Amino acid sequence: MRNVIELRSIVKTYDMGGVEAVHALQNVSLTIQSNEYLAIMGPSGSGKSTLMNIIGCLDTPTSGMYEFNGINVSEMDDNELAKIRNKEIGFVFQTFNLLARSDALHNVELPLIYAGVSATERRRRAKQTLEHVQLGDRIHHKPNELSGGQRQRVAVARALVTNPSIILADEPTGNLDTKTGKEIMKLIEDLHHQGNTIVLVTHEGYIAEHAHRIIHLLDGKVESDEKVLKRKTYTVPQVS
Amino acid sequence: MLYFLTELKEGLSISFRSIRANKMRSVLTTLGIIIGIWAVTVMATAIEGVNIAFDKSAEAFGTDVLYIQKFPWVSNEDWQTIRNRPNLKTHYADKIERHASLIEAVAPVVATRRRATYGNNAIEDPMISGTTNAYLFAAGVTLEDGRFFTEEESKGGRPVCAIGATVVENLFPREDPIGKTIRVAGHPYTVLGFFEKQGGLFGEFTSDTRIYIPLLSFQSHFGIGKHRHVTIQVRVADQESMEDAKMELEGIMRKVRRLSPGDRDNFNINQQELLTDTFDPISATIAAIGLFITGLSLLVGGVGIMNIMFMSVTERTKEIGIRKAIGAPKRTILLQFLIEAASLCVIGGVIGLFVAYVTSLIVDQFLPTSMPIVVVFIAIAISISVGVIAGFLPAYRAAKMDPVEALRHE
Ligand SMILES: Nc1ncnc2c1ncn2[C@@H]1O[C@H](COP(=O)(O)OP(=O)(O)O)[C@@H](O)[C@H]1O
Ligand SMILES: [Mg+2]
Repeated sequence: MRNVIELRSIVKTYDMGGVEAVHALQNVSLTIQSNEYLAIMGPSGSGKSTLMNIIGCLDTPTSGMYEFNGINVSEMDDNELAKIRNKEIGFVFQTFNLLARSDALHNVELPLIYAGVSATERRRRAKQTLEHVQLGDRIHHKPNELSGGQRQRVAVARALVTNPSIILADEPTGNLDTKTGKEIMKLIEDLHHQGNTIVLVTHEGYIAEHAHRIIHLLDGKVESDEKVLKRKTYTVPQVS
Repeated sequence: MLYFLTELKEGLSISFRSIRANKMRSVLTTLGIIIGIWAVTVMATAIEGVNIAFDKSAEAFGTDVLYIQKFPWVSNEDWQTIRNRPNLKTHYADKIERHASLIEAVAPVVATRRRATYGNNAIEDPMISGTTNAYLFAAGVTLEDGRFFTEEESKGGRPVCAIGATVVENLFPREDPIGKTIRVAGHPYTVLGFFEKQGGLFGEFTSDTRIYIPLLSFQSHFGIGKHRHVTIQVRVADQESMEDAKMELEGIMRKVRRLSPGDRDNFNINQQELLTDTFDPISATIAAIGLFITGLSLLVGGVGIMNIMFMSVTERTKEIGIRKAIGAPKRTILLQFLIEAASLCVIGGVIGLFVAYVTSLIVDQFLPTSMPIVVVFIAIAISISVGVIAGFLPAYRAAKMDPVEALRHE
């Protein structure tokens, strides 16, 4: 199996200016392979989001080495990182982070705009991806005209539309009720079945149990890293 | 290239959506630009209008006509010495006629203000100008209708006259003036002909408000005393040799006045060029000051745009974070906000131009104005520049935002 992500001795320190510095990540090393399904767990403030942001090239580590698909990204400049985020990474956030004034279609088209895809091709792919997440009949709805679960599915479609190497989901069900949360997890699991590499942050043990592998963070350190022996799969009925 | 176009289109659509979403705020912000562009354009239009009007008016003096007078039109000489110069005499014209070789025609002109009437119509104080039949050639003017007085009429001091357009309008609103007898301070004068309207800024000096009568008639009715100002009006034969003609006239005048070689001229030879030469730098200064002051209002407008763009960037921090998170490079974010600022300014600029155009139509009723088409393009270009300059700092702040920080923003 090919390594998609390779982190070596990643440190992230927030210099608080006088006050004691915050060591959000301390010496984290981690390798993620293609088509892996990894769950990151840990208490609040343990550094899960910080790690995800670094993996997602939204943030840069204070020190350490980060290779993405074999390319060293720790020394890339802002524009190169933007390109990686655009083409190689699909990010799903807890708070959806959709453009409030744009409809579902435009939200999903957005990464393709920055990728320089032509308008007709953009539209076609965005529509297709929205259909894939069962929102074919909601493409012209704005976020505030959609339910929480539907919004998160728009966000998943946006993450998927560029065919990224990896999908990162930071507590994607955190703002959803249990039932819609399950629907989203089913969707993510389906993506994994279709060959996507997935990194998922969650609080909930029962959600993490669907992953291949679970990492526990504590105070910015990897406390445990283990394979899931008895993986669960979702059996929710097909969402409509 | 394709990417840039896509970006431009996306930037425009984002900015129009944002402008529409904040209609009231956008209107208030563009108000500064509207007023700025309006002020600059109206000022430019007025300046251009006055310049054109001046040039047109100055033409009334004739580019090939010299005016020998006691006083200079424009001077920085000591007023005392000038005032003590002797007055000119009408017979100088004969001397010049006899000795000058480079001139076409010469005529003495004296003037006074008197009431003129025809029936119940009156004109309060037109210029009554006494001159000779040579005036028509010396001034290089043509009549609209009728004729000027002949040499016989001139020498005979006949009670005849030729009148200007304003005089016609006042005395003969519905009649043909030719052949009619008007009264100038009670004295009857028969109208032989009239001039076409000249208009312009120097109404006093054009034929419009004048009544031309033979010099001798003037003398017998109004007198040509020691204190009457006399102008000797000379038209040069060839405009190319204007300077030579001037030299020649100066020589003749000095001889007539019996001036010694060391004496300074005690007369002046004026010409239209003096006016334009004087006016041009003045108008340029006025233009510079005017444009500077109105430019300040544009600057204020630009500061307003900068302010609103800073606000917009802060408000949309989250949006910027989202766009960056999914791969928008710095340049794209920068461009987006620059386009937004420029769009605001262009909208303001177009409205300002329109209001300025309407204003210029209204002002035109009192003062001549002229909006050259190039002003339109310049105004739009200025609007875009103001937008780009005012939008740069806010846009730069947006572009260099840290995506993680921006996403955390609520
Ligand atoms: N911008 C920041 N400035 C200072 N401290 C930060 C910043 N971002 C995160 N932290 C700190 O880093 C630690 C890890 O945060 P985070 O990765 O968000 O935790 P988690 O997602 O596991 O709840 C926390 O102690 C948090 O307070
Ligand atoms: Mg977190």
